[in-house]
Amino acid sequence: MKKVLLIVMSMVLVLGMLSGCKPSTVSNDANSKDADTIRVGLNYELTGGAATYGQGLVDGIELAIEEVNKEGILGKKIETVKADNKSEDTEAANVSSKLATRDNVVVLLGPATSGNTKAATPAAMQNKIPLISGSATEDGITIDGNGNVRDYIFKTCFNDSFQGIMMAEFAFNDLGAKNAAILADTTSDYAQGLSKNFNETFTNLGGSIVTMEAYQQKDTDFKAVLTNIKGENPDVLFVPGYYEEVGLIVRQARELGLNIPILGGDGYESPKLIEIAGKESLNDVYYSSHYSPLDDTEEVAKFKESFKAKYGNYPDAFNALGYDMIYFLKDALIRAGEADPEKLKEALAATKDFKGVTGTLSIDEKHNPLKSVTILELKEGEPTFLKKLDPK
Amino acid sequence: MEQLIQQLINGVSLGSIYALIALGYTMVYGIINLINFAHGEIYMMGAYIGFALTTFLGLGFAPSLILSMIGCSILGMVIEKVAYKPIRNSSRISALITAISVSLFLQYTMMYFVSPQTRTFPEVLKRKSISLLNGKIIIDQKNIYIVAITVLLMLLLQYVVKKTKLGKAMRAVAQDKEAAELMGVDVNKIISFTFAIGSALAGAAGVLVGIYYNTINPLMGATPGLKAFVAAVFGGIGIIPGAVLGGFSLGMIETVVSAYGGSVFKDAVAFAILILILLIKPNGLLGKTVKEKV
Repeated sequence: MKKVLLIVMSMVLVLGMLSGCKPSTVSNDANSKDADTIRVGLNYELTGGAATYGQGLVDGIELAIEEVNKEGILGKKIETVKADNKSEDTEAANVSSKLATRDNVVVLLGPATSGNTKAATPAAMQNKIPLISGSATEDGITIDGNGNVRDYIFKTCFNDSFQGIMMAEFAFNDLGAKNAAILADTTSDYAQGLSKNFNETFTNLGGSIVTMEAYQQKDTDFKAVLTNIKGENPDVLFVPGYYEEVGLIVRQARELGLNIPILGGDGYESPKLIEIAGKESLNDVYYSSHYSPLDDTEEVAKFKESFKAKYGNYPDAFNALGYDMIYFLKDALIRAGEADPEKLKEALAATKDFKGVTGTLSIDEKHNPLKSVTILELKEGEPTFLKKLDPK
Repeated sequence: MEQLIQQLINGVSLGSIYALIALGYTMVYGIINLINFAHGEIYMMGAYIGFALTTFLGLGFAPSLILSMIGCSILGMVIEKVAYKPIRNSSRISALITAISVSLFLQYTMMYFVSPQTRTFPEVLKRKSISLLNGKIIIDQKNIYIVAITVLLMLLLQYVVKKTKLGKAMRAVAQDKEAAELMGVDVNKIISFTFAIGSALAGAAGVLVGIYYNTINPLMGATPGLKAFVAAVFGGIGIIPGAVLGGFSLGMIETVVSAYGGSVFKDAVAFAILILILLIKPNGLLGKTVKEKV
């Protein structure tokens, strides 16, 4: 019995090796430099929990490719190899290594979420294929555990902590606040990152943090901490967190007569925020975001129209981030001079003042973008575009 | 000083919710010695019934509160008949496990039907507040409603238990089930009735929370249910005024702890204080030491 099992197992193993090897040898014959297309691998969440993000990015990417292919890049057209990672870490890793080893792509785009992006990075690093994520905002994506930059990993969206820095500058310079209070979610890394950086930046600018309070996800009663904050008389209140608790916090703050400006990050971006907090509470609330459809610059207007023409609706932040990735790639490919992963990597790292619909960005030495942040103001619950803030 | 008063107002409102839920725990425990862990879920169901009535039928505050209390009392009786009655005479551990199962069953059944997303209550009570001392103290209309309704329901309950024939029967069953039965008390009916009252109170708490905090979700019952259970034990489980006292104390302790710089470890400190009090008074604040008969 055992023997039979052993034979079967070894046959399976051999078969697996054979089938695994064959396509890769074939595709290696076709040298990417001589091919007439530039192969781009898309590793996205097309099904599963994060599918709306993945699909949103892909829509933006496909629109941009259509536009770019009209003239071509370096005399070639972009050809995509699209694969679904089902919003799962393991699948994201599999797709990434399949694209890198078998499909002979020059660059990997995606995944959408930070968790899936982390899972996809080892395959990109081992195979020396650049990977660009347009929406993984977690701080450590481009840096490995020892603090070294992951050479082949790039990001075109700002870091979580970066929003904290920008909001502190906004509070101090634009709102003229001297004293700020922070009420942060202790159970999320996202909120902790924002809160830490807001604190440091605001203090360095010469402001002072009068009180730091905390809450946990799923809390519903914030009146005690808000009463405390009210007693300290701050000029602004910074609440990094997600819309569910933020909605309740804004509502209860207004109920307690705490009518100071409330600031936060892209976690505010949800129609649920208005539902929970109520229209009349959502005044004097400001948050940072990647993109605003209300931005009236020329590039954004053009993007909005062509998106509407292709898909029938106006683009959201994810569509915009996806769209920018292709032009970001085009910019680097032209500077690299040929579709070679190694040269592309160098060119991506040297990106300077690239102008996209989500802002102007330059890649810093840690492969994160230095990028303008869009600040939105809520008036009676309606998000209105306030300004773009450029990093110093 | 103004801040302290404001915090007390916050604490009393939070405490009323715990008190209303704790009453149901204490009544059921008093009568059949069962810790009904599904109680927090009945509170959640109450919130959803209230949500459906106000959102889809456009009912006002009072009718939705009453209808949701009726709905929950029926649910409570059904749960008792289906899940608890058949095992009333088995060991206490199996009853406890059944209660936990019912709790999870309700949570995830609701999750299936209404989806896990948070729902928002329509504004049935207009935002209106009284501000005192130049806006330093603000009492919202909703705070007053919550506290007033809790106190009213508690007094009503106290009246039913102490003054009516039904209440007398309840107390008799609580003391000695067999003896009560011999005296002609319909034990099944009385237990059913106890579940109905306890669940109605939880339902009321559900609607009040929906209105006060504006958001509900299928898992909202878990934490308040646990805290209300603690409040019931804290006040002395099985004793009705004890549950109310426990509920208000827990609300106050939580608020005061987060008011004086402990918002990060609010729950830890609140529960540490509870442990201390229980070490000194093991039967709870109002509990009496009962000698075990050998």
